Amino acid sequence: MDFATLGITVLWTFLYGYVVIASIDFGAGFYNFYAKLTNQDNIITPIINRYLNPVWEVTNVFFVFFFVGIVGFFPDTAYYLGTVLLIPASISLIMLAIRGSYYAFNQYSKGTNMVWTFLYGVTGLFIPASLSVALVISEGGFIEETAAGLDLDYVELFFSGYTWSVVFLAVISVLYISSGFLLFYSNRAKAKQAVHLTRTWFLTWTIPMLVISQFVFLELRATNREHFDNATQNYWYFFLCSIVFMAIAVYLVYKKKNYGIAFIMVMLQFAFAFFGYGISKLPYILYPFIKLDAVVNDSMAIALVIVFVLGLLLLIPSLIILMRLFLFDKDYVQGKE
Amino acid sequence: MEDVLIGRILTGLTLGVHILYATVGVGIPLLIMILEFLGIKKNDYHYLTMARRIAMGYTVTVAVGVVTGTIIGLQLSLIWPQFMQLAGHIIALPLFMETFAFFFEAIFLGIYLYTWDRFKNRWHHWYLTIPVVLGAGISAVFITMVNSFMNSPAGFKIVDGVLQNVDPLKAMFNPSMPERVFHVLVTAYMTAAFIMVTIAAFNLLKSKFDEDREYHKKGLKVMMVIGLIMAGLTVLAGDLSAKYLHNHQPEKLAAMEWHFETESNADLILFGVLDEENQEVKGALRIPSALSILSDWKPSTEVTGLNDIPKDEWPPLVIHYFFDVMVFFGMFGLGASLLYFILKWLKPNLVHSKLMLYIYVLTGPLSFLAIEAGWFTAELGRQPWMVRGYMRVSEAITEASGLGLTLILFGILYFVLVTTTILVLTRMFKDKSAKESQIQYYGTESLDETGGRF
Repeated sequence: MDFATLGITVLWTFLYGYVVIASIDFGAGFYNFYAKLTNQDNIITPIINRYLNPVWEVTNVFFVFFFVGIVGFFPDTAYYLGTVLLIPASISLIMLAIRGSYYAFNQYSKGTNMVWTFLYGVTGLFIPASLSVALVISEGGFIEETAAGLDLDYVELFFSGYTWSVVFLAVISVLYISSGFLLFYSNRAKAKQAVHLTRTWFLTWTIPMLVISQFVFLELRATNREHFDNATQNYWYFFLCSIVFMAIAVYLVYKKKNYGIAFIMVMLQFAFAFFGYGISKLPYILYPFIKLDAVVNDSMAIALVIVFVLGLLLLIPSLIILMRLFLFDKDYVQGKE
Repeated sequence: MEDVLIGRILTGLTLGVHILYATVGVGIPLLIMILEFLGIKKNDYHYLTMARRIAMGYTVTVAVGVVTGTIIGLQLSLIWPQFMQLAGHIIALPLFMETFAFFFEAIFLGIYLYTWDRFKNRWHHWYLTIPVVLGAGISAVFITMVNSFMNSPAGFKIVDGVLQNVDPLKAMFNPSMPERVFHVLVTAYMTAAFIMVTIAAFNLLKSKFDEDREYHKKGLKVMMVIGLIMAGLTVLAGDLSAKYLHNHQPEKLAAMEWHFETESNADLILFGVLDEENQEVKGALRIPSALSILSDWKPSTEVTGLNDIPKDEWPPLVIHYFFDVMVFFGMFGLGASLLYFILKWLKPNLVHSKLMLYIYVLTGPLSFLAIEAGWFTAELGRQPWMVRGYMRVSEAITEASGLGLTLILFGILYFVLVTTTILVLTRMFKDKSAKESQIQYYGTESLDETGGRF
C-alpha cells in the first residue's frame, strides 16, 4: 500500500469514528433539550450525563485528529479547503465552541439553565449540518478560480439539491445513531422508562433515514455523475450491505431484543455507507483540484505513519480502559458507582 | 494589505484568548498532582479537598481551552492557507504528535475526574495524574516546536519554489526549540501556581468562611513553593532566550531593546519612549553593558543593531513595551514569593498581614499579563515573516473574502466565553466553603482530626 492510500484510509477511519461518537454526543444534546421541553428530563438526562461526562472531550479530539491529519498527509487540502471554507467553517467553529463550553458551564454550574440547555441542544443539530457542507464542496462545482484567487460560489451551494439532501442526511443520522446508542445504554442501566422512550425515538427515525439516503443518491447523480456511476457500478455492494445491516438493527429493536447487537448493526450500516462513499470518490479528494497523489513528501509521510502506529499503541489501550470504566462497567452504568 | 491586518488581528485575538486557557491547562494538572500526593502522603483532607476543588474548576477551563484550541487549529488553515500548505510539508509531524498527546490527556482526564471514589487504594487514583500531567506538558512541547519552526526554520530547502530535502526531525528540533519549550513550560507552571496564590490570598482577605483560614494558608504555602521554583527557572529560561536571539535572530533582540547601532558594551534599556525619526530614546533607564552581558556573558560582546538589518525586515519597535511588561510582571511573582519566605523566616507574624496578602493577590493576574506580553513580544518580533526568511505574512493570507465578518463574529464569541467562564467559576465557589466541600467529598468523619489531619 502506498502512503497516499494508507494516509487516506487512516484519516477516513478517524472521520468515521468522529461521525459515530459525535453523532451520539450531538443527538444526546438535542434529546436532552427535547426531554426537558416535554418534562421527561428526569428519565433520560441522568443517563445522558453518566455517559457523556467522562467522554465528551475525547469526541472533540477525533475531529482535531482528522483536520490536523489531513493537512499533514495532504497539505494541498489546507490551501483549497482552507481558502473556500473560511465562512462555513468559521460558523461551524463558533457553534462547536458554544456547544463545548456551554456543556461544561451547564454541567458544573449550580442548577441547570434552560437557555444553556437550548444552546447546547440546538447547536447539536446545526453543527453536523454545517460540517457536512465540506463534503458537498468536495464533490466539485462550487469553487471558482478567479484572478484574485479561489472563492466559494455561495449561490450555487445554497440552491443545490445535493447540499440540502446531505445536510438533512447529517441531521437525521445524528438523531438515528444517537437514539440507537442511548437505547443500548439505557438498557444496560436498567432504566425501563428510558428504554421505552429511546426505542420510540429510534423507530421514529428509521423511515426518514431510508428516504433521505435515496435522495442523496439522486442528487449525487445530478452533481457529480462520475462519482455516482463509480458508486453504483463498482461499489454497489457496500451500499447493499449497509441496507441489510440497517434492516437487522431495526428488526432487533422492533422485537425488543439485543439492543447491543442492534447498535453494532447501526455502526456497520454507517461504516459500509461511509466507506462505500469514500472509495467511490477516489482518486479525488477535492474534485477536480486535489487527487490522492497530492500526498506530502516521502520522508514526512514515513514519519507520520511511524508516529501514527506508535500513537495507536498508546491510544487503543487507553480507550479500552475508558470504555471499560464508563461503558462496560455495570455498576457505573447503573449509577451505583 | 487590509486583509493581512485583519488576519493578524483575528489570529492574535484567538491566540490571546487561547493562551489564557492553555497556560492554565498545562499548569494546573501539575498542581493537582502535587496536592493529591501531599494529601495521600500526609493523610491530610485539606490537600485532598483542595485537589478536588481545583479539579472541578479546571474542568470548566479545560472545556473552553479545548474549544479555543480547536478554533486556532482550524483557523490556521482558514486564515493562512498557504502557510499550512507549507507547514504540512515540513512540520506536520509535531502537529500530528500534539494531537496524540492531547488525545492521551483527554482520555485520562476523563477517567481521573470521574473516578475519585472508585478505587479502594488512593494511590491508584493518583497514578492517573501522571498521564494527564505528561499529556498536557508534551502537547505544549510539540506545539511550541511548531511555533519555533516559524522563528528558526530548519530541515528543508526551497529550490526554484519547490521543497526539497525535507527532514521532519530537523524541522522539529530546530535551533530555537529548546529555549522556547523550556520557557513555555516553566512559565505555565509558574502562572498556574500564582493563580492559586491569588485565590488563596483573596480568600484570606475577603472570604466570609472563617473556618477555611487554615485550608487557604496551607494552599498558599504549597503554591508559593512551586511558584518560587518555577519563577527562578523562568529567569534562567529568559536568559537563555536572550542568548539564543543574540546568536540567531538579532533583529528581534535589537527591536526589543531599541538597539540601533551595532556595538560592544551595549546598554540594556528599561522603559522609556522612542522618537522613531531620530532613533532617540527618552526617559529610559540605561544599565551600562547589560545587553552585551545578557547576550553573551561579557561586556565586550558586540550586539547587532537594527541599522545593520534591511529596513523592510525590521520587527515593529513597539515590542519593547511588551518586553518590559513581560519582564517586570514576570518578576513580580518571584519577588512576592521570595518575600513570603523571607518573612516566614524572619517575621512570621507578618506573612499573612493585609499588605502582604494584597501583594500576593496581584501575582496571578500579573503573571497572566506577563504571559500575554511575552507572546506578543515573540510573535510581533517575528514580523514581517510568517516563516522567518521564507514566507512573509502578506504571502500567506487567505484569498477568500469575508475576513472582516469572521473577526466580528469571533470577537463576540470570545467576549461571551470569557465572561461566562468568570461568572461560572465565581458561582461555583462563592457560596461553598472548603469545609462544606470536604464534608461532601469525604463525610463528617474526615473532620474529626485536628486540622483536617488524622
